[in-house]
Amino acid sequence: MIEFVMPSLGADMADGTLVEWLKKPGDQVKRGDIIATVETQKGLIDIEVFDEGTIEKLMIAEDTKVPVGTLMALINPEKTIEPQKAIPVVAEEPVIQPTEEKAIPPFVTEHIQVKASPLAKKIAAENNIDLSQIMGSGENGAITRKDIEGAIEQGKLVQEKERSSIVAEPIKEQNISNTLRSAVAAAMSRSNREIPHYFLEKKIDLEKALAWMHEKNKVLPVQKRLLPVALLIKAVASSLKQVPELNAIWDTDLQLKTEINIGFVVSLRNGGIIVPAIHAADLKSVDEIMENLNDIIPRARALRLRSSELSDSTVTITSIGDGGADLVYGIIYPPQVAIIGFGSISEQAFAENGLLGVRPMVRVSLAGDHRASDGLSGSRFLVTLNNHLQNPEAL
Amino acid sequence: MVIENKIKISYREALKQGIREVLRNDDRVFLMGEDVGHYGGAFAVSKGLLQEFGEGRIMDVPLSESGFVGAGIGAAIAGMKPVVEIMTVNFSLLAMDQIVNNAATLSHMSGGQINVPVVIRMGCGIGRQLAAQHSHSWESFYAHIPGLIVLSAGTHEDARYLLPAAMKSPDPVIIFEYTSMLNMENEVLNNPAGVDISKAKIRREGKDISIITYGTGVYKSMEAAEELASMGIDAEVIDLRVLRPLDEATFLASVSKTHRALIVEDAWRSVSISSEISARISEKVFYELDAPVKRLCGIEVPIPYPAHLEDSSIPQKKDIVNEVQKILNP
Repeated sequence: MIEFVMPSLGADMADGTLVEWLKKPGDQVKRGDIIATVETQKGLIDIEVFDEGTIEKLMIAEDTKVPVGTLMALINPEKTIEPQKAIPVVAEEPVIQPTEEKAIPPFVTEHIQVKASPLAKKIAAENNIDLSQIMGSGENGAITRKDIEGAIEQGKLVQEKERSSIVAEPIKEQNISNTLRSAVAAAMSRSNREIPHYFLEKKIDLEKALAWMHEKNKVLPVQKRLLPVALLIKAVASSLKQVPELNAIWDTDLQLKTEINIGFVVSLRNGGIIVPAIHAADLKSVDEIMENLNDIIPRARALRLRSSELSDSTVTITSIGDGGADLVYGIIYPPQVAIIGFGSISEQAFAENGLLGVRPMVRVSLAGDHRASDGLSGSRFLVTLNNHLQNPEAL
Repeated sequence: MVIENKIKISYREALKQGIREVLRNDDRVFLMGEDVGHYGGAFAVSKGLLQEFGEGRIMDVPLSESGFVGAGIGAAIAGMKPVVEIMTVNFSLLAMDQIVNNAATLSHMSGGQINVPVVIRMGCGIGRQLAAQHSHSWESFYAHIPGLIVLSAGTHEDARYLLPAAMKSPDPVIIFEYTSMLNMENEVLNNPAGVDISKAKIRREGKDISIITYGTGVYKSMEAAEELASMGIDAEVIDLRVLRPLDEATFLASVSKTHRALIVEDAWRSVSISSEISARISEKVFYELDAPVKRLCGIEVPIPYPAHLEDSSIPQKKDIVNEVQKILNP
């Protein structure tokens, strides 16, 4: 019997609430089917199943909140693809139990380790301070009394400010953006605490790439037209094949990933970000990546993503977009080991072969985890990326 | 030299004054040990006492630690008040059976009928280039044994006053004296009331960190604390003084105040006094800690002979200063 458990949709997820079962006992499932909808800090997520078989039992009632790793359903792998034999639905009464009684220890406990001195923890508990929001100044980044006292002091200042300005927002919206905000805060604090970042930057001339794209767009129907970002994503994926140490995760040591799944930072209207994955971007054409973006970005903004899209990224891209800042230095999303940042594309004076010209330029940054790789790898990556973007037809 | 109520004397002289005081105060007191009489003591601590008190009270013994320590224990059981000198802790292993199996156990095994009021003094620690077999710091061996009281004379005051206090104990007392400090001069307060051998002593008050130490670590820690003060770090220095039974109330209160602890000792790190202190801090005031408890101990090698290696095998003032800075500003 295959056990279907509450999946972890990112390092910052501790639990999820089952909102709805989309399959019932007796239903056949195959890899990729959506079995349930789960509410997390990042909104409603469609949960996929990765095995084939027949739903044997549903173990969790709807509207129940369970930790990551909790058994949710049993799938019988034997009973597949025998459509002539009708499955006796009556005999397969759904057994729905409260989770407390079925206390199966979660096998994936990805919670954020906060290092704090016992005294700091005590004072934080007394003052209702969330330790994950605090930067530690002690040994190996541990939070000390001084850090907590600083946070208490700051909290008082913020409270005073809030009191002086009236905030009138719909409560529900605020709730969603609050939980999302705290998920982002937890992940980014962990990154800043644990990951020794190094930063590199390269200016890349996009004239050839954009010219190639405009030519292609002339023959494409409007809804399939390419945006520069699709090209950039493809170029990053191709470059990562040549510098594999940046397409990896760090979990006590460097673990290279064979799939190149690019997490793409999507900003939400009410604040906060969400990072869906573009799977196997190196194997997709630029057109396919564009199609993928057109599908995933609206769903991300509506907080309706599939579980695999939230948890599978092996590297992240953050792109500022038209008319924004010239450059962005990313903060790595743990346990990944690199994030690539694209500033907005703008025309700049550019010298080449002793002549000055005006070119569409983009400033590209790379933040790398210095435990996992060194500046030389990062530099090699940026040079490779440049080469790819100078030969767009080969992408 | 007399300055008001203080006198400036060597550690050796302080020890001698303590011995002289207990010999004068009680006729039952006598000193026995290798070369304590005619030679004046291997380290000249008892020089002149034979002439002052006579052969009946200052007794040279053969080189037979098990024999003469056993004799001292026997004399104590029979009603005398012997002060037994073992030249150094290095040779005390030969007498360990007498100390552990007889002195420490008899009160318990006799249901309190037999007390063993013997005081055993030993030279301890690194001397001056005496090499591995003559440089051991084995306070922890004795501090492990229930039934013993174990004292460590880390200052001139304690060199002078621990012995008179120990003589009042009905149970066996081990006093560690430090060979390397014998020539060191310092002021000693005239203190007829003596010292309290049930209590550790706060040698310097401070609020930022507790440096917990004993023996040769006390002066090194005091000097380090002075240097740290010039950097704006206010360290408290605790001289454990009594290694068994430990006065944990004093150092636990100190750590609860400063929230940080560094333990300093010359002895080897593993299974040591510092391990015990660290364990008690974790057990009893864990929630007061704002940084991990740290230790500076002797390097775990037989003590080397060359002076520069000998120096670097034990914590020095600069090590203490560095370690405290690291704890406070990681």
